[in-house]
Amino acid sequence: MSDTLTITRRNLLVWMRVPAYLMFTVIQPVMFVLLFRYVFGGAIPVHVRGGYVNFLMPGIIGQTAAFATFGTAIALAQELKKGVIDRFRSMPMARSAVLAGRLVADTGRMLLTILIIVGVGYAVGFRFTNGVGGAVAMVVLATVFGLAICCISAYTGLAIGDEESVQAFGLIWLFPITFLSSAFVPIPSMPGWLQAFANNQPVTYVINTMRALALGGPVEASLWKSIAWLAGIFIVFLPLAVRAYRRAG
Amino acid sequence: MSQPSILVEGLTKSFGDVHALRGIDLSVPHGTVLGVLGPNGAGKTTAVRILTTLLRPDGGRAVVEGYDVVRDAAAVRRSIGLAGQSAAIQEELTGRENLEIIGRLYHLSWPRARSRAVELLEQFGLSDAADRAAKNYSGGMQRRLDLAASLVGQPRVLFLDEPTTGLDPRSRLGMWDIIRSLVADGTTLLLTTQYLDEADELADEIVVIDHGLVIAAGTAEELKGRVGGDVVEFTVPDRRRIDDAVAAIAKLGEGEPHADQDTGVVSTGVGGRGSAALIDTVRALDSAGIETAGLGLRRPSLDDVFLALTGHAAEEEDPPGKRKRGSRGRRRAERARSAPADDADSADHDENARATS
Repeated sequence: MSDTLTITRRNLLVWMRVPAYLMFTVIQPVMFVLLFRYVFGGAIPVHVRGGYVNFLMPGIIGQTAAFATFGTAIALAQELKKGVIDRFRSMPMARSAVLAGRLVADTGRMLLTILIIVGVGYAVGFRFTNGVGGAVAMVVLATVFGLAICCISAYTGLAIGDEESVQAFGLIWLFPITFLSSAFVPIPSMPGWLQAFANNQPVTYVINTMRALALGGPVEASLWKSIAWLAGIFIVFLPLAVRAYRRAG
Repeated sequence: MSQPSILVEGLTKSFGDVHALRGIDLSVPHGTVLGVLGPNGAGKTTAVRILTTLLRPDGGRAVVEGYDVVRDAAAVRRSIGLAGQSAAIQEELTGRENLEIIGRLYHLSWPRARSRAVELLEQFGLSDAADRAAKNYSGGMQRRLDLAASLVGQPRVLFLDEPTTGLDPRSRLGMWDIIRSLVADGTTLLLTTQYLDEADELADEIVVIDHGLVIAAGTAEELKGRVGGDVVEFTVPDRRRIDDAVAAIAKLGEGEPHADQDTGVVSTGVGGRGSAALIDTVRALDSAGIETAGLGLRRPSLDDVFLALTGHAAEEEDPPGKRKRGSRGRRRAERARSAPADDADSADHDENARATS
């Protein structure tokens, strides 16, 4: 436990030393907010109280959480390559601490980014319309979702072990699962074959739940499916990440 | 002491078809330095990774400070320190922070972790740079910080995997001084290197490994004895005259001269006759009418030891492109003598990474 805290503290310290990285991870979703709010938004008809910006923000926030895990994969791949993970594995410290500390620090970083993006959303006209409880629940769900994606990213970072490849691989799966979902456009506007995918993948369930929590509306059905998917991701990818760490190098 | 600090018996490890270790035995008494000498891909890094619990062996056993590296891995980790081929430090953090965090992970209290960091920064000449981000350190400083990190837990056994690979000559000498001071206080050290002079400087005993097997063991003097002292070496620019050159000097050396047909480099061991042999060589070549470049006398290199032990230069018989690899190994060894910072190091990293992943 204390080892996990030490690693968490270390990772946060590293992160604070690279303000450019923080800027970058915040600027990218802010650009998406502006792009969809002011460029594409006018052409995307939605039936949501408050208009497209209210539809958009839960989607952007979900994507922000998922994209924040690029950093997880890249950091682990770098540590593997530089021998930092070899050093930790040759030391008498808790075997779980490197991964746990990474997940805790990155979740903290993700939460901060989410809160900043909520603030940006408010500046461009987004409003929570389902009360404080709904807003908090949405942020919590986004964070848990990000943590689940973080497990997948941690696994890819350790299994691939090369910074550039990890980054390229991240684009290959993170872009499709976030864009081919209900995050940016109503799914009925997609061609039928794409709807089949978009309607049945976890990002859509999570975004729909977040949207219902933020704006009001029926939550239950998509919430249970979200929980089931997220639990499944944790059950599969957390052990995979642990195993990749044990065999690292 | 009854049991050695490091004991290895019949250790084997394969990665698919690559037999990285094919049954090696080692025994390192407490407080002594073992130099593990070998070319790229010989199995040095694999052996270190098994001994530091990072990798499980396929067969045989390895015991460090009385603890089996597989069954008592946790106890082994409490006894050892490891500095790998690259500086395993967090570059965004300062030298002090790097060491304090390692101290905390060794479960030192905060005040103790702080004071240990100060001690080590002092010992490694990094006090002035303590509060600068490690990414602004020179290569030599980063390696020193990395070595300091391996000592935070006051290990009884230290493993250094090619500690000077990639360093410039001055940093390399500085590193040697530091390593000597470490072993002076009784730490057992296992050090891998590609450089005979490094093993010569630092090690009490040397084992030479090649293709996953120990092919020779002994002190540096004993190994050099096998080579037969100094080596006369020269290059024949006219490739057609190489065989004539070999014939001309055949009787001067202690063994058969070795000629590389690609590079035109001819060498022969001349024992203790040094400068006299050099003059004889000049006369013999002159009377045979053979032009040469870069004629000189030098100390035996790793390649010479390999040549003497195995009859081939390091890696020479490896397919594919066998002669080419041999000559590259030779050039590398030559550069190693004049300037150990050489670009072949990156190839070495790749090779080891492949062999161990």
